[in-house]
Amino acid sequence: MSDVKTSQKSVRQVEIEILRYNPDTDEKPYFQTYQVPCQEEWVILDAVNYIKDNLDRSLSYRWSCHMAVCGSCGMMVNGEPTLSCHAFVRDMPDKITIEPLENFPIARDLIVDMDGFVEKLSSVKPYINAAEEKTVEQGTYQQLPEQLQLYKQYTQCINCMLCYSACPQMALNDGFVGPAALALAHRYNLDSRDKGREVREDVVASNAGIWECSFVGACSEVCPKHVDPAAAIQQTKIAATGDYFKKFLMPWKNAQKGQAPEGGDQ
Amino acid sequence: MNVKLPLKASNKPIIWSLFAAGGTVTALLFPALILLFALAVPFGLLPAELFSYDRIQGMLDNTFIKLIVFALLFLSIWHAAHRMRITAHDFGIRADGFIAFLFYSIALLATILLVIALF
Ligand code: SF4
Repeated sequence: MSDVKTSQKSVRQVEIEILRYNPDTDEKPYFQTYQVPCQEEWVILDAVNYIKDNLDRSLSYRWSCHMAVCGSCGMMVNGEPTLSCHAFVRDMPDKITIEPLENFPIARDLIVDMDGFVEKLSSVKPYINAAEEKTVEQGTYQQLPEQLQLYKQYTQCINCMLCYSACPQMALNDGFVGPAALALAHRYNLDSRDKGREVREDVVASNAGIWECSFVGACSEVCPKHVDPAAAIQQTKIAATGDYFKKFLMPWKNAQKGQAPEGGDQ
Repeated sequence: MNVKLPLKASNKPIIWSLFAAGGTVTALLFPALILLFALAVPFGLLPAELFSYDRIQGMLDNTFIKLIVFALLFLSIWHAAHRMRITAHDFGIRADGFIAFLFYSIALLATILLVIALF
């Protein structure tokens, strides 16, 4: 920014069309167009910030870290669920359309209502359900690096909700527990310290869980953290199928299910 | 966007395990069959007599082989039926009951024909 001359050389005029909606005054969402002089090194979020700072202070959207860690700046950019801090303007055409994340109710402008998402995340009991609670005196739960490696990938989720916007099943059935929550359940199921798989199966293997997934794989394609929720769901299907048949072959095991540990935040 | 309660335990594992097994079989078996019958023989890489009617027929006289062929084709058929049902769903066709009935009926018919042909 200090060297105005060099930065001006690489400025490109981009027409940015943003879906606006104010629940207090607007009946329906509508598009508003802005002309933005974009710098070579800008990401989409910089362009949106420019609009907010210079063109239209009423524009509402979420962002925080500007480095693909907080997961709050997800938007539809030219129809693709995108982390707006993670996509360069220079890779885009001269006209860019930005909309709030698909498959979520719009709260205002680019801000979507995430209550349902949070509810889904917590529905899979995403915390260690240890076989027995240890007191501080009893020490820590031990884990080997190989055991950590098993699930580490699934801990990388930043709750950006891009996968929910990309998922065609989500669009057809908004009760579907969805990719991120199921990947999170898998993360705990794979954790050697955890014994809560059967408790999670009440949601995970239910009519709203893994079986709604038809393995389109769009979630894994858009995920900025390479969590690969589609793989998590397929692996969960295999495990849940095993558990399902075990229930018939070993009915005496079912009785124990009710007493499965319920640790965490209760 | 909320989870709709109450949740029911799903019976999908029954269909899905057949589907998954069928998918594995289909992915491994059919490329080999295509390679043998549709490429190797027509291009003269393998002698056609190798797959002559009499030879294959003779092979299928063995009940054990019959059972294996039945298992492989049975799984492939049900895999295809379920795949079509999901594809219909992915295309947004919401008549799942009818679609399921249609494709599973075709699969059942194919299975019956398979049994008649084999045994
Ligand atoms: S799984 Fe990936 S796309 Fe989905 S919320 Fe987590 S980080 Fe975002």
